[in-house]
Amino acid sequence: MTIYLLCLALFSVGLYCVLRKRNIIKIIIGIGIMEYAVNLFFALIGYRAQGRSPIFAPDQAIRNMVDPLPQAVVLTSIVLGLSVTLMLVAVAIRIYERYGTFDITKITRLKG
Amino acid sequence: MVPLFMVIPLAAAFIIALTAKLDERVHDACAVTGGFVIAALSIAVCALLGRSGAPGVMTYRIGSLPPPAGIALVIDGLSSFMLVTVNLVGFLVTLYATGYVKCYTDRWKFYSLFFLMLSGINGVLLASDIFNLYVFMEIAAIAAYFLVAFGTEAEELEASFKYAIMGSVASAFILLGIAFLYGATSTLNMADMARVLAASNPARVIQLVSVLFIMGFGLKAALVPFHAWLAYAHSSAPAPVSAMLSGVLIKVLGIYALSRIFFNVFGMDTAIMQILIVIGVLSMAVGAILAFGQSDIKRLFAYSTVSQIGYVAIGLGVATPLAVFGALFHLFNHSIFKSLLFLNAGAIERLRGTRELGKLSGILADEPVTGYATLVSALSISGIPPLGGFWSKAIIIFACIQAGRPALALIAALISILTLVYYFRSLSPVLFGPKAEMTAGARPTLAMNAAMAALAVLVAASAFALLPAIKEVLLNGAIAVLTNGTANNVPLGAIQ
Repeated sequence: MTIYLLCLALFSVGLYCVLRKRNIIKIIIGIGIMEYAVNLFFALIGYRAQGRSPIFAPDQAIRNMVDPLPQAVVLTSIVLGLSVTLMLVAVAIRIYERYGTFDITKITRLKG
Repeated sequence: MVPLFMVIPLAAAFIIALTAKLDERVHDACAVTGGFVIAALSIAVCALLGRSGAPGVMTYRIGSLPPPAGIALVIDGLSSFMLVTVNLVGFLVTLYATGYVKCYTDRWKFYSLFFLMLSGINGVLLASDIFNLYVFMEIAAIAAYFLVAFGTEAEELEASFKYAIMGSVASAFILLGIAFLYGATSTLNMADMARVLAASNPARVIQLVSVLFIMGFGLKAALVPFHAWLAYAHSSAPAPVSAMLSGVLIKVLGIYALSRIFFNVFGMDTAIMQILIVIGVLSMAVGAILAFGQSDIKRLFAYSTVSQIGYVAIGLGVATPLAVFGALFHLFNHSIFKSLLFLNAGAIERLRGTRELGKLSGILADEPVTGYATLVSALSISGIPPLGGFWSKAIIIFACIQAGRPALALIAALISILTLVYYFRSLSPVLFGPKAEMTAGARPTLAMNAAMAALAVLVAASAFALLPAIKEVLLNGAIAVLTNGTANNVPLGAIQ
């Protein structure tokens, strides 16, 4: 149980980082932490104690494997997270060119 | 036939990217053809499924594994109705974009991203698997983040960054919800999930996941506590992108995904429906009040979107067949008139070089196509009979009275009057005012005028969707999917 709670604590750390940090690079890192916390949580759901990796070979019985589906899901989710991070960093570089700052409280040309 | 809805836009996106070096007219032709084919296909599928005596669903199995382990695509009544809405608007917006994006360099990137977004949206509508729904949602959302920043001006980058951050937080909440659901049911297929949940009924997991999903999908739908990104993103993006975001993206990623999960997976739960109603009322009121103070034409339309999405949310929350009918019809109407309004705003901005409401006037005399298109869509959104917007609001209000919620009906009616007031106050000088001196004007091209005129005809004719013959084909299947709840899921064995 502890490990799940720690995982959700990590999620909260990421959320705190997004909500409270002023540097947009730190906000992007916060998004990354949230995504990894969710991925870790998903992978943990598929885990069983003393389970072995879900690789099927002809001479092995399907016994005591961890659930392979969350692993496939997490793999896809990591790729999605990568593309979001890439996009955010690219926009952050352009923002720095235009505004000359990484401080989100100074990037306020849009009002209301 | 089913996977074509994803294959055609993806193919268009990649062909346009591969022919990047060729003449730009090739890209225009490719984009318009792709948009037209998929719009025609969606209407054909809807007509095919809506025939009396038809089975009402189309399925497709990816690979050889049978579901729930394998992946299946399903078009039912709700999906086919949404496909028609999305692809019809998508086609006309593409046509408009061929004229509008002439000022940008690298137009092929615009079309590629646009079709990537379209294929993501169509994927969300076809997915029968909750994780596939999430993946397609992310594809559509990432393409949308890029499209908002397409002009790479300071405001656009800022809007895109804020939208992307909020969107990513929402996606993290949704994925967390999916993880909890998978932990409780050991399946990702939505029909299978509904079966397992009905058998075991883990009430506390459903409550937790509902909260996560309301946060996540509510943010994607710009319902009120989560609406802050919308005014930034919709007012800064290029006009065709604003039209797609406001017209279809928030409805598919937000309202469709929310109702698919709450109605067809969890089954209708009175507490959740009550929350939807509260959020809907908040959206209606806050959106309308914020729209009052706006001096920027696109921000006015953006806040009005928040307000109108509130109507759809209360219609779904009341959840009687009549209310669901009203909500879906309003969703359809809002898709066409709000995308038309954003396209008009783009044309007006090009013509006058500003978006300030105070500096705009005399559009009707100067540019009749844009002017009359704005007029008809503004009349429809403010609920002037006999246009479609009046009927959809009236149906929602009657459904509230019929369901024994007169207070809700009263609020909806009052907000409708408020909508009329702020549209009249803001747009009448723009349309009827004295013809101003031309400033920096680029007149709308033929393609832009054709797209606006076609959408205006659709807006003017949308009330005909109430005729029994058309309603039967377009809306009845969708209403049945939502009102039958979990009983409506396609049995896994029936997926070929």
